[in-house]
Amino acid sequence: MTINADPGAPVLDVRNLTVRYNEVHALDDVSLTLAPGRICGLIGVNGSGKSTLFKALMGLLVPQDGSVGLFGTSTTHARKQGLVAYMPQAEEVDWTFPVSVSDVVAMGLYGRLGASRRLGAAERAAVGDALDRVGLTALRRRQIGQLSGGQRKRVFIARSIAQDARLLLLDEPFAGVDQASERTMTGLLKGLRDEGRSVLVSTHDLAGVPALCDEAVLLHRRVLASGEPSEVLTQGNLARAFGAAPEGTAAASDGAF
Amino acid sequence: MDVLAFLLEPLQYGFLTRALAVTVAAAVVAAVLSCWLILMGWSLMGDAVSHAVLPGVALAYILGIPFSIGAFVFGAGAVALIGIVRSTTKLKADTVIGVVFTALFASGLAIVSATPSQIDLMHILFGNVLGVSAGDVLQVLVLGALTLAVLLFKRRDLTLLAFDRTHAHVIGLNIRFLTALLLGLLALTVVVGLQAVGIILVVAMLITPGATAFLLSRSFDRMLVIAVVLTVAASVSGIYASYYLDISTGAAVVLCQALVFAAVYLFARPDGLLWQVRRRSVARTRTRAGRPPGSRTDPRTGSRTGSGTATRGPAA
Repeated sequence: MTINADPGAPVLDVRNLTVRYNEVHALDDVSLTLAPGRICGLIGVNGSGKSTLFKALMGLLVPQDGSVGLFGTSTTHARKQGLVAYMPQAEEVDWTFPVSVSDVVAMGLYGRLGASRRLGAAERAAVGDALDRVGLTALRRRQIGQLSGGQRKRVFIARSIAQDARLLLLDEPFAGVDQASERTMTGLLKGLRDEGRSVLVSTHDLAGVPALCDEAVLLHRRVLASGEPSEVLTQGNLARAFGAAPEGTAAASDGAF
Repeated sequence: MDVLAFLLEPLQYGFLTRALAVTVAAAVVAAVLSCWLILMGWSLMGDAVSHAVLPGVALAYILGIPFSIGAFVFGAGAVALIGIVRSTTKLKADTVIGVVFTALFASGLAIVSATPSQIDLMHILFGNVLGVSAGDVLQVLVLGALTLAVLLFKRRDLTLLAFDRTHAHVIGLNIRFLTALLLGLLALTVVVGLQAVGIILVVAMLITPGATAFLLSRSFDRMLVIAVVLTVAASVSGIYASYYLDISTGAAVVLCQALVFAAVYLFARPDGLLWQVRRRSVARTRTRAGRPPGSRTDPRTGSRTGSGTATRGPAA
């Protein structure tokens, strides 16, 4: 049985989502929508519920209240159709794992392959195209740990391109990435947006938001503000989300680790 | 001494050729599985399952059914019990594993000691590969082939599970099924390995080959091949060593695997201990001579080598 995604439906339709861990509210009455072809920045401090929201979108937890819709259907159906891609935070990845760049990109295609996941000619071409697009063709045989911070991120973007996902969930994509790589990634993501894909980027790095995002959501267990980045990233809103006005740019403190 | 005679002499004994067949078959299956086991971080799980099968083996002997059935039931049961306790308490996985497998192992010991029968505890614990019958050989070969076939058919999914289970879930794969499959194959592999080296030493077969191969490879398929080649070499050498030196076969096989690991750990390029020490001393001499530190940066360790020598060098 296949339930096709409704083309007119919003990519993301979160309504009154509430998630509690042992009576502690991780998310409290969060509502959020995202249209096709939009890049949305999900901004908040650590512990503001960004990761919990991502988990709910991926169907990794059962909310106490509210609902999560993707492409007008359930998270389960959206996943089974390969519509959603997730890019993990750098520290969640085992960079010593014996896989090459093209191995990881090929993993984007497993959902639509036979039981043994053997790649045919069309799939190998899709992997090649994705690598080309992110500029990693020359490095495709490298073990993933032998890449720079920015290249490592681009491997996972290439994986979502190979997957042909319609919604990309990126968890802290700019942590530990230099400015040149950040600009490259911003260009890549905007290219994907212009094809009608949607991107949800979780970040506590405010500096990159105006250049990348069409809209922004300020999260602190509840949605504090949402809309145009310039409307959301006001001193007053940021003071509420970050406790006090952030000192300098968040990018500077990111580089420190 | 004539090399050919040296190699052929043990093979004139039927029990030794059977031992060789069983050990090599079990070692190959265990080596292949070990590649995923160590990448999943499940080494302790291998330890647990192999100890937990003891009551199953003892009960099977008492009931007169094939020992592999009893072993598999208790191996899989242990995995399920660990999963249940883990998900219903706030305890960490290694703690739950420790509690469950020692409890099962102790109940096995209790059953064996309470049964005045012909069960030879030493054979179960340390293997009795020299005493295997033709029927045992067949059983090991069939179970081993089955396990190996499933592992290799699902190898891409299992590698994805070990590398990025969130992605596996997000693209719609059933990660609970894949996890259960890998654990079931672990229980089967333990059953296969029991014959060859016994409960205690099967743990080594489930961890050491993968660990050695991991140090030598940057691609998973290469890791599989290296693990198999090394484990076959170690098993055959172990059998010969046990014949000529008159030592326990299981112990000899595991010791050979450990020796291979030690050799790789010390001498393999470029990450063996010896080469690490050499690189460090070369870097130190260079900084003393006033050359810029980190001018010869290892591409594998990248900036880590560079910054390490830079902080250690004089501020000049």
